[in-house]
Amino acid sequence: MERHFEHDFDELKQRLLWMGSLAERAVHQGVQAVLDAEENLAEAVLTEEDAINEMQIEIDERVQRLLALQQPMAADLRFLLAVSRINGDLERIGDQAVNIAQSAMRILRHPQVKPYVDLPRMSELAEAMVRDSLNALVRGDVELAESVLRRDDQVDRLRDQLFRELLTYMMENSAVVFPSFELILVAKNLERIGDHATNIAEDVIYFVAGRDVRHPALDRR
Amino acid sequence: MISVTPGGNSLAARLAPQVRISESSPTTSEREAPLRFQISDLNFFYGSKQAVFGLNLKIPKNRVTALIGPSGCGKSTFLRTLNRMNETVRNTRFDGQILLDGQDIREMDVVGLRRRVGMVFQRPNPFPKSIYDNVAYGLRINGYKGRLDDLVEHSLHRAALWEEVKDFLHKSAFALSGGQQQRLCIARALAVDPEVLLLDEPCSALDPVTTAKIEELMFQLKDSCTMVIVTHNMQQAARASDFTAFMLDGKLIEHNETPKLFTTPSDPRTEAYITGRFG
Repeated sequence: MERHFEHDFDELKQRLLWMGSLAERAVHQGVQAVLDAEENLAEAVLTEEDAINEMQIEIDERVQRLLALQQPMAADLRFLLAVSRINGDLERIGDQAVNIAQSAMRILRHPQVKPYVDLPRMSELAEAMVRDSLNALVRGDVELAESVLRRDDQVDRLRDQLFRELLTYMMENSAVVFPSFELILVAKNLERIGDHATNIAEDVIYFVAGRDVRHPALDRR
Repeated sequence: MISVTPGGNSLAARLAPQVRISESSPTTSEREAPLRFQISDLNFFYGSKQAVFGLNLKIPKNRVTALIGPSGCGKSTFLRTLNRMNETVRNTRFDGQILLDGQDIREMDVVGLRRRVGMVFQRPNPFPKSIYDNVAYGLRINGYKGRLDDLVEHSLHRAALWEEVKDFLHKSAFALSGGQQQRLCIARALAVDPEVLLLDEPCSALDPVTTAKIEELMFQLKDSCTMVIVTHNMQQAARASDFTAFMLDGKLIEHNETPKLFTTPSDPRTEAYITGRFG
C-alpha cells in the first residue's frame, strides 16, 4: 500500500544526501587547498559552510514535522531517528572541513614542509567513508555500512603515522613547527571526519537492521 | 515500589544514585513478572468457522497487554474468550487451555470467573439507572453486605470520576457525557474488585482529552489490576501498554515488550502493519 507521506520520506532522504555531498565536497576542497596550494579552494569552503548549516536546520524541521504529524513506528521511526543523528554528524563534518580550510590558509603562508603522501590517502579514505555511509543509507546496505566501521582504524593509523613523521620534522627544524602543527590539525580533523562517518554507518545499521552497534564493549541487557 | 539500579551492572548504574521506580515499570520483562493468564494452543470456532488458530500467550500480572491487528483478525474474539463471554454467542466453542492463576477457566463457575475478569466495551453501556445504582449493581447481585456508599465512592475514585459526579449520584447515568459514561462503566466493573479488566476498544468513541483520562486511569490501576486492551489505535497501544501482541488472520504473529515491538519488531508482517503498509 502506497502511503501518502512516502513522498516526504523520499524528499527528506534526498535533502540529506545533498547535504552529505556538500559536506564531502567541503572536506575535499579543504584538503585540496593544502595539496595544490590553492587558497581560493579554502575560501570556497568558508563561503559554502552556511549552505550546510541551512540544510541542517531544514532537515531538522522536516524530521520534526514528520514525527509530529505521522507519529511513525518501527522502520519509519528508526529512519527519522537515524536521519536526525546523521544530520548532526554531517553538520560537524562541515565544521571539520572549515577547520581544515582555515589550517590550509595558515599552512600556505609557509614553504611546504614535506611531500604530501599520507595526507591525500587519509583524505581519500575519510571522504570515501562519508560517501559510502550515505550510499549504505540509500541502498539500505548493512554490509557496506559495516565496511565503513572497519575502515576507521586505517584512518587512525594514518593519523598516528603522520603525527610521528611531523614530530621528527619539528624536532629537526624549529622553523617548520608552525606549518607542521597545522598539518597535524588537518590530520586530526580528517580523523574526526572518519569518526562521524562511523557514526553515520552505525545509524544506518540501526535503521536497516534495528541493531544498535554503538559501543560494543557495553553490556546491554 | 522497589529499588533498582538502572542497567544492571553498567557503569551508569554504578555511578547513579539508587533510584526508585514503580514495580509496574515495563523495564521488568514478562519473564520476571508473575503470570495472570497462560493460554496454550487456543483454537476458537464460530460454528464451523475457525476464528483463532493455535494461540499461545502469557499475560503477566499487573501489566497492560495490548492486542492489535486489522479488523477481523480475532483479537476481540480472543479477548472475550478470557472470561468466557463468547459463551453468550450460540454455536461457539474453543479448545486448548486458558489458565487463570493456574486454574483452567472451563472448570470455574462462570459468574465467579466474570467477577474476577471484568469487561469494558467499545461503546459505553450504562444501565438505565442512576450513577450510584450502576456502580452498586454488581455489588448487590453479589450479595455484598458492607457499606455500599463507601464502595461506590471508592470505585468512582478509582475510575477518576468521583469529583465530576459526587454532587448528583442519583441522577440518571444517561445524563453523563460519553467519556464519563465510559468511566462509569469502568467504575462499575471495578466495584466488584476484579483481578483482570478486559477493555475492548474502550476509547474508540471518545475525544482525545477523555481518551487521555482513560489511559491515565489504566496506568493508575496497574498496581491492583491486570489489563488486556484491544485497540485499533497504535499510538494508544504504544502509550498505554507494557506488552503488545499482534494478531493476523486469527494467529498470534508477535508478542513482545511494547517499546521493542514498536521500534524493532521481529516479524516483517508486524512491521508492515504498524507502519501502515497494510491493514
